[in-house]
Amino acid sequence: MSIVHAVFAPGFFSNGPVQAALVMGAVVAAVCAPVGVLAVLRGQSFAGHAFADITSTGGSAAVLLGISPVLGFAASAAAGAASMEGLGARQHGDRDLVTGTVLGGALGLSALLLYLSTTRQGTSGATVSVLFGSVFAVSSANWPWVAALGLPALALVAAAYRPLLLSSVSPELAAARGVRSHLVGAMYLAALAASVALAALTIGAVLSTALLVGPAAAALGLSSRPGRAMAWAGAIGVTSVWAGIVLAYDSYSWPPAGRGWPVSFFVVALVMAFYAASRAGAHRHGRSPAGKAA
Amino acid sequence: MPKPPTPLPATSSGTASSGTASSGTGSPEDASSGVGAGTRPTQPAQRPRVLSVEDLGVRLGGRQVLSDVSFHLCEGEVAGLIGSNGAGKTTLLRAVLGLTPVSSGRVSVAGGRGRHQAVGYVPQKVVLDADLPVRARDLVQLGQDGHRWGLPLPSAAKRAATEELLAGVGALHLADARVGQLSGGELQRVLVAHALAGRPRLLLLDEPLANLDLHSARDTVALLDCIARQQGIAVLMSTHDVNPLLGVMDRVVYLAGGRAATGSTDDVVRSDVLSSLYGHHVDVLHAHGRVIVSVGDDSHSDDGCDAVPASAGVLVGGPVHRGAGAR
Ligand SMILES: Nc1ncnc2c1ncn2[C@@H]1O[C@H](COP(=O)(O)OP(=O)(O)O)[C@@H](O)[C@H]1O
Ligand SMILES: [Mg+2]
Repeated sequence: MSIVHAVFAPGFFSNGPVQAALVMGAVVAAVCAPVGVLAVLRGQSFAGHAFADITSTGGSAAVLLGISPVLGFAASAAAGAASMEGLGARQHGDRDLVTGTVLGGALGLSALLLYLSTTRQGTSGATVSVLFGSVFAVSSANWPWVAALGLPALALVAAAYRPLLLSSVSPELAAARGVRSHLVGAMYLAALAASVALAALTIGAVLSTALLVGPAAAALGLSSRPGRAMAWAGAIGVTSVWAGIVLAYDSYSWPPAGRGWPVSFFVVALVMAFYAASRAGAHRHGRSPAGKAA
Repeated sequence: MPKPPTPLPATSSGTASSGTASSGTGSPEDASSGVGAGTRPTQPAQRPRVLSVEDLGVRLGGRQVLSDVSFHLCEGEVAGLIGSNGAGKTTLLRAVLGLTPVSSGRVSVAGGRGRHQAVGYVPQKVVLDADLPVRARDLVQLGQDGHRWGLPLPSAAKRAATEELLAGVGALHLADARVGQLSGGELQRVLVAHALAGRPRLLLLDEPLANLDLHSARDTVALLDCIARQQGIAVLMSTHDVNPLLGVMDRVVYLAGGRAATGSTDDVVRSDVLSSLYGHHVDVLHAHGRVIVSVGDDSHSDDGCDAVPASAGVLVGGPVHRGAGAR
């Protein structure tokens, strides 16, 4: 019992925000798992990162306008997906180049909005919560948003599961099988945008890619089957979020005293630890020593 | 190129074992014993046509890559699509697949089903990350249902079909290996199984022998020959060297300068026919059961690395010549 008390500080299980955070974090990590594995397989983790920066713009704008950040996350992710899709369709060029172009614009705008928010409100609190998030601060008013983003993301990935998998193995094989790669790619981009907005809500815009791509990258070495790799990614993501919440709750009694450490720090640190462990394990079993996955 | 992770049985394509003195048709017969029932006698004239290409022309980037290409393929036939780099082999295969738009002429594939259902395709280069969480059996399964919407439901019938396809190409022992960790020859067999999974009537392979050693190349040719004869599938494969296909080809489609000469090997791989195709004198020599196509004007250039010592049976021409129509 004393060990339980040492790990879970008093009040952990009866604390409302903590319970909400546990459920919310698990849902978000579960949505991010299949989307993240596909992002890694399709070589689109950079696009995921771009969405993270774009959602930080949206979140900052929402704060400046005094509306809920999740609105900003969702709207900016949707706009980002649409513009990437538009640019990509027109120039048929290097996807990374397109993504980079969108990214540059978003970051510049983000800097302006954050500057305006800070000068107007005289505090950087909202800025920190947009960029680095706090799952404890997510209010129950956000549940409809979580459903509105998470369910379509899962539905899109489930609907296009096989074409997505085949085109990540080889776009040419997929084309030869009659896969409409543009449609399937657009469906995936929408799922990716929704997942990043969700992750931004949980651990902040800047760190959202870590929750999306980190567990996925760690999971690749753990199973040779696509579905199981997604299940592993989900397990690693949920474990990281839950353990991060426990540690963050505990950290209220840690040094700088009274305020607690940011939960996002713990979550990301745990994800990275899982990734390192999985890499080390894969290396010991003689598998590819340096995956290009991350 | 990494060694295969698993020790391969007798039907393997992994290494060039120097001791093999056989004709090369023996072991791959065993490899494909799971493919189907007995062979049929060769009666090319009476079999139904699977592929008809009529006056095909393809323009890419403002350049006429192919013009007036005509040939047909019947059930169970093996055809070689011969041509040097840039001759338009890949372009022709993609046009047959419907992936490259045709600018003139017609391509028709038998069978009312969609083009992508009736045609199986093994591209030249499939580059896979070693980490990819996809097993050989997953890839073959995707050949059956990879174009379908929705999540795959586990099915004993699909699993059995997948294993039968893998056994048919002598790759059942690779079923649970990650596709990114297969050797070149192993991956090719799995890709053939993937292509056959859609039950096509026509199988297209782009340079299937390009990255294989002699022994594996011979195994691959024998395997494809078996698939054609036993399952009645028409096989069209591109290569820059006509020699590995000499014993199995029912038909040659020889590409040069964007045009094609087609017919039986004896009708096409001849000095007069190839000379008129290339537009200048071409020698066709026979030595030690091999054919040497000497294209002449380009072959003395600095492509020394493509040349093979004459005693080994040389192919001059294919790999040396650079399509007359290019720039
Ligand atoms: N998308 C394209 N746009 C312009 N030219 C192309 C395109 N694809 C291929 N080509 C040209 O068409 C010719 C034939 O190419 P290809 O079919 O790949 O030849 P092969 O497969 O016989 O080596 C080459 O000269 C190549 O440069
Ligand atoms: Mg080619």
